[in-house]
Amino acid sequence: MKGVPSRKIGVFVCHCGKNIAGIVDVKRVVAAVARLPYAAFVTDYKYMCSQPGQDMIRDKIKEEKLDAVIVAACTPNLHEATFRKAGAEAGLNPYCVEMANIREQCAWVHQGDKEAATRKAVEIISSMIQKAALDNPLSGDSIAITKRALVIGGGVAGIQAALDIADAGYEVVLVEREPSIGGHMAQLSETFPTLDCAQCILTPKMVAAGAHPRIRIMAWSEVREATGFVGNFKVKIERKASGVDWTKCTGCGICMEKCPTTVASEFDRGLGKRKAIYSPFPQAVPNKPVIDRQHCLHYTKNKCGICKKLCEVGAVDFDLNPEIVEEDVGAIIVATGYDLYPTERLGEYGAGKIPDAIDSLAFERLLSASGPTAGEIRRPSDGKIPETVVFVQCSGSRDPEKHKPYCSRICCMYTTKQAMLYKHSVHNGQAYIFYIDIRSGGKNYEEFVERAQSEGVVYIRGKVSRIFQNGDKVTVMGVDTLAARPVRIDADLVVLAMAMVSRSTTEELRKILKIITDANGFFTEAHPKMDPLGTTTRGIYLAGCGQAPRDVPDTVAQASGAAGKVIGLFSHDRLPLDPMIVCVDEELCAGCGLCVSVCPYDARELDVKRKKAIVKEALCKGCGACMVACPNSATIHRNFSKKQILKMIDAVI
Amino acid sequence: MKIAYYPGCTLKADARHFEESAIESFRALGIELEELPRWNCCGTVFSFATDNVMYHLAPVRNLLRVREQGKDTVLTLCSMCFNTLKRANKLFNEDAEKRDKITGIMDNENLVYDGKTQVKHALELLRDEIGLQSLREKVGQGLKGVRLAPYYGCMLLRPDGLGIDDAENPTLFQDVLRALGAEAASYPFQGECCGAYQTVMQPEVVGERTYVLVDGARRSGADAIVVSCPLCAFNLDQRQGIAGRLHSDFDAMPVFYITECLHLALGLGFKEEWKRLHHVPVDAFLEKLHRSQNVAGAVKRQRSNIRE
Repeated sequence: MKGVPSRKIGVFVCHCGKNIAGIVDVKRVVAAVARLPYAAFVTDYKYMCSQPGQDMIRDKIKEEKLDAVIVAACTPNLHEATFRKAGAEAGLNPYCVEMANIREQCAWVHQGDKEAATRKAVEIISSMIQKAALDNPLSGDSIAITKRALVIGGGVAGIQAALDIADAGYEVVLVEREPSIGGHMAQLSETFPTLDCAQCILTPKMVAAGAHPRIRIMAWSEVREATGFVGNFKVKIERKASGVDWTKCTGCGICMEKCPTTVASEFDRGLGKRKAIYSPFPQAVPNKPVIDRQHCLHYTKNKCGICKKLCEVGAVDFDLNPEIVEEDVGAIIVATGYDLYPTERLGEYGAGKIPDAIDSLAFERLLSASGPTAGEIRRPSDGKIPETVVFVQCSGSRDPEKHKPYCSRICCMYTTKQAMLYKHSVHNGQAYIFYIDIRSGGKNYEEFVERAQSEGVVYIRGKVSRIFQNGDKVTVMGVDTLAARPVRIDADLVVLAMAMVSRSTTEELRKILKIITDANGFFTEAHPKMDPLGTTTRGIYLAGCGQAPRDVPDTVAQASGAAGKVIGLFSHDRLPLDPMIVCVDEELCAGCGLCVSVCPYDARELDVKRKKAIVKEALCKGCGACMVACPNSATIHRNFSKKQILKMIDAVI
Repeated sequence: MKIAYYPGCTLKADARHFEESAIESFRALGIELEELPRWNCCGTVFSFATDNVMYHLAPVRNLLRVREQGKDTVLTLCSMCFNTLKRANKLFNEDAEKRDKITGIMDNENLVYDGKTQVKHALELLRDEIGLQSLREKVGQGLKGVRLAPYYGCMLLRPDGLGIDDAENPTLFQDVLRALGAEAASYPFQGECCGAYQTVMQPEVVGERTYVLVDGARRSGADAIVVSCPLCAFNLDQRQGIAGRLHSDFDAMPVFYITECLHLALGLGFKEEWKRLHHVPVDAFLEKLHRSQNVAGAVKRQRSNIRE
């Protein structure tokens, strides 16, 4: 036949234990495939991915002088790399090793019909034989790597990741939206299950990040644009107008002391006050103030200017403009963290209008020694020390009908901690915790819950139906499902363990970085089990609660993991590119530019001078959208040509 | 404007004043309620039985009657009718299997319902057709000087998405009362259960509920409770006798239908025969309203005298 290469293809059918062989009649498949064209050698084995299995493939490639190999087994996501490597070791071009998925797409989905599953397995393999017969040996290019990382978000996740990467010898740009790094952890009082003070364990890390010669902290800044690809990202970061020239500012604090305008402090969840020129808390890193333009008298009424007059080094500059800084980085870690679901969304819990029904972060501020009450637990409405406190878990979590379907994962533990700290502070006080069930999976976590119970915290299994102001009490109506009776508690303070949600800026950042978020707005990992730190974009990694709710130990572990990924990437000087991408037959290309408009990865471009479309190989993901769009069939996927695809279809119909 | 009107059973019996006040008030507002020439029981409650669609036949038949009149919207006054008809309608439109079954049962009568009837409650009509701002202008002084506690009960608000307002934090009833010139009391029990049919077998249970609800309304400074459901009205009004027996600190409070308030606010008065349908006497309330309006009227007259 003209144009058809004479190929000797080896087919290796895997039993995958009983996964495949339990449903598909493997022996019949081998016999049927052996009769197909190109099939030079066909065999089966219990576990093809095992060492003996791989050895057999390597041996047979040499013995039978095979031109291509098909492993009929699981999804290529799992073991394509394994078998390509095995093929390469036997001298075969790795791109002439293909997988026919007869597990996920056949055996697993046709467990009830063994006969049909067996026939389908033969069809899947025969289709793949047609592809392999036309596979080209491919080799990829490589690109240089910028060994410099960007970490987005300066909470404990971002700080840890930045420190790990910097300690490994690489430069890090750490971008933080707020005036200081520290994130939510800086707001916390003490941490479960050891009750060590959050400030005491976090601030040393903040200082270390601030002082590290290879970490550049860009606080009060946000990422606005990102282009490029793994190893070669170009990022535009906006340094927001702070009203203070930080290069001059010494952090003396006289401006904050003398500023006449007081506003509710976001850091204290509205329970404390800050000035219009402020840094969020005394241990801030960098310890430089910013001006809140919504409230500052200079910006709102064009008067005052006290801070400018008092600043000895002349750092206050009302006319400072936002500035765009461009950075070249090779890898990005997204560590943007979480927000709490707003109490306003829970009408049944008072819709945020009851002053003494506060969210759990606000209660952390009441517990914190550096908080608005200096660690004394005083309720917001009248400053009274509450004698009865009701904690309501799953406020907005585990409520698929109306709020968030997922478990926020850390509330069982921090509520236990909060109730315990309350009892330590108010000895005669009564703490109640409404819970659905206690999720205390973690080292020493269950023991911690037991300890709280032994210290007198009362756990009530059931949900709260309504919370309302009742004179100077806050009445909580709920149910005790163990006693099977309704419960009514007239409390002095109610703490709502609000659901953790992704940051409001997540969607914007998702678009900038071209990564994916899930149905709940959290960033999606590349694979939930096998690649939980990566994203669908190579070179971009995840750490912390931006991916899913998690506690401090898990966050720090994940951040170190993501840092490890970056360090691993940076250990190479050049990065091999996947050759499974498109190329252009310039004789056929008319330069219409359709491919440019359909490419989701910005990988196609029109060479206007020559009127030819070109492929930016480092960006191409090989999705094939341009090949479909090309009216002249000038765009060709290197190992997924139209001819191959048609032959594959012919084989199954 | 004319609108098809579905009364339901109680409005022809113990809640005659609910119907009369509604028909007359809406007429004064330019809306003619046209009672369906044929109607049957609404089904009373929406049935949760998944395997017996017979229970949905009654509401669907009523919805079909609306279409037979060439109308696409039906008004209900009773919250229970509103809820049953609207939920059956949703089921009919969204569950193809049950729709086919229901249609199949009515097959030999040559009846086919197209699912296109819209069910509206009187409060929605006030909001969407008349508009609360224009209602406010129409009533003038209205109910100035009294403080009313709205009681939604369960049927107006649930299930979420089907009700007339947000199930957890509703405001429509309050907004309507304010538009009528009254002060609207805010208390936490406005969407709590009234005890419903427990009133038949366990009246004490309902008496206990009534105590909590009426007491809550009283603490919020209300002069009366306003409802839109005959069962709520029965439980909150009639069962105040039991509430009083159970709790010595209980103070009785009159209970009105929203349309009685509308009637009063529009200056159409309060009929003597309606008083007999109330358990807790309403005279003191009407007296207070009368007095405050006279005071307001006197002040107004005084002002205009001064101007002259």
